[in-house]
Amino acid sequence: MSKKEIELRARSQRSILGSIWYYFKRDWQLYVLLVIPLALVIVFKFLPLAGLSIAFLDYKPIKGFAGSEFIGMEVFKKVFQSRDFYIALKNTLILNILDLIVGFPAPIILAIFLNEIRCKWFKRTTQTILYLPHFLSWVIIAGLAYQLFSPDTGYLNVLITRMGGQSVPFLTEKWHWLVMYILIGVWQGMGWGTIIYLAAITGIDAELYEAATVDGAGRWRKIWNITLPCLKSTIVVMLIMSLGRIMGSSLERPYTLSNPMVTQFSDVIATYVYRVGLQNSQYNVATAVGFFQSLVGVILVLLADKAAKFMGEDGIV
Amino acid sequence: MKIKKSPLDLIADVLIYAFIALVAIICIIPFIHVAAMSISGDADVYANNVFLIPKHVNLNAYKTVLGDPSMMRSLIFTVILTVVFTVLGMMVTICSAYALSRPKLKGRHIISTIFLMTMYFSAGTIPDYLLMDSLNLLDTAAVLVLPLIFSAYNMIILRTFMQNSIPESLIEAAELDGCDDFRILVQVVLPLSKPVLATLALFYAVGRWNSFTDALYFIQSDNLKPLQLKLYNLVNASGSTGALAQEAGGGQQQAAEVVKSATIMFATLPIVVIYPFLQKYFVTGVMIGAVKG
Repeated sequence: MSKKEIELRARSQRSILGSIWYYFKRDWQLYVLLVIPLALVIVFKFLPLAGLSIAFLDYKPIKGFAGSEFIGMEVFKKVFQSRDFYIALKNTLILNILDLIVGFPAPIILAIFLNEIRCKWFKRTTQTILYLPHFLSWVIIAGLAYQLFSPDTGYLNVLITRMGGQSVPFLTEKWHWLVMYILIGVWQGMGWGTIIYLAAITGIDAELYEAATVDGAGRWRKIWNITLPCLKSTIVVMLIMSLGRIMGSSLERPYTLSNPMVTQFSDVIATYVYRVGLQNSQYNVATAVGFFQSLVGVILVLLADKAAKFMGEDGIV
Repeated sequence: MKIKKSPLDLIADVLIYAFIALVAIICIIPFIHVAAMSISGDADVYANNVFLIPKHVNLNAYKTVLGDPSMMRSLIFTVILTVVFTVLGMMVTICSAYALSRPKLKGRHIISTIFLMTMYFSAGTIPDYLLMDSLNLLDTAAVLVLPLIFSAYNMIILRTFMQNSIPESLIEAAELDGCDDFRILVQVVLPLSKPVLATLALFYAVGRWNSFTDALYFIQSDNLKPLQLKLYNLVNASGSTGALAQEAGGGQQQAAEVVKSATIMFATLPIVVIYPFLQKYFVTGVMIGAVKG
């Protein structure tokens, strides 16, 4: 800190306003840079929160916010008595939990095996291919899935019937659909998920492996006793973060993969909100459902963060 | 030190290579299948004779897709939309990340917290919809740009990079030379951040190119529908046969399948062509993003 700065600071400390003015004058350019991002966040992320009040109103679009009658928790009561809401909630949880059970370990296993590959070009090529599904939209993935698995024209079913088997309703029977939904999710996210674990593996001290080799440890032993323990903290953080998202629900995957035969399993909170809110214009019901989901989501994230810190990790919030 | 591999180890090696190769093949097969169908003859596709190798190669299906005026309009619109979105998104990210990466900025913790909070909650679909309605943004191109150009996740990636990878001494030297903050950003920080900027630009572009939820919610007019929403209506909406395919084939199943495949390829190619070149960059980007600052 220069002498002039100290002097200036002492002078401006007389008033808080003075010190704010001092810093603003010094760093005004940085504050100017923040104006547009802050404005965007306030308008598009914080302002909509005011709209949550619809959940407590007998909202009529023509009357607007001010003209609608306050009805307290009536809307929530209605939601919690609705069968469709419970189906959507149940499906959201089931799909997310299955995703976690099947989808979470997949990139870890894949990363460990990828790390064993010594041949450079092979590794690079396979990695490029493995990342590819992450960059495809769900519309395209659903398109690909229906081209392969649909009952009459899907190539897999054509093969099965040609070999004398029965056509399998991969995407048109709810239990089959459930399995396919999870597998397609693994297919899409597995390769991309390896990046973080591969990075963590790269960070492991090579001397550990050398020492183990000298002591006569084989490949599996090194994986079991060095790689996995060193990945533990990354795995814990990733797991806790995924647990925090268990209530989350995005529209695109269930919406694109769904079809009328499987709505019993494919209707999740996001699709429910879209149908009830935007298609049937029951604004207050859809808002209440979204509010409930957001609230539970935030609580889960905070709990996850606490858990991570409790386990000695960095935390995520 | 090279230790000779035991036969058992060799077998394990072969198994691991085979496993990885198998997974990679599973990742790419659906893609090759659809690509092969899109350039095959109608009759071969109808008879289900095309798996990975195209038969009677022709580009008629692509001509149908490209010849469809509403498809072409949607493509041009989506390209422009993606470019505008990426440019504006990068500007907002650079501005916020740079300002918040400077330790001297007073109040940066509060401002950071305001930005980061947006990662953990959202008001939900309906409040968003009503807000867009009251801002008169419904059914405009702006609604596909403004709400999403600021991403806290991308901001953190860039801020962390600027904090950790650009030596503080360099910035101090520039300051001593009389550079103001704008000039430091343009002449010192940005040139050193190229790899991360490439990653983030890719994230923005792919994100805009691929998503259709916001368009589904907020867009009514046909000429403002991005390619993915168009695709959804064409490929998935009616279950087995899309509208464009029906037009093209006069309701015939064979042409429908080929055109459907061509449409899928058409929307995927831009990404498949670009992303392998950026691979070495985005791996770094994801890693920085994972180590949160």
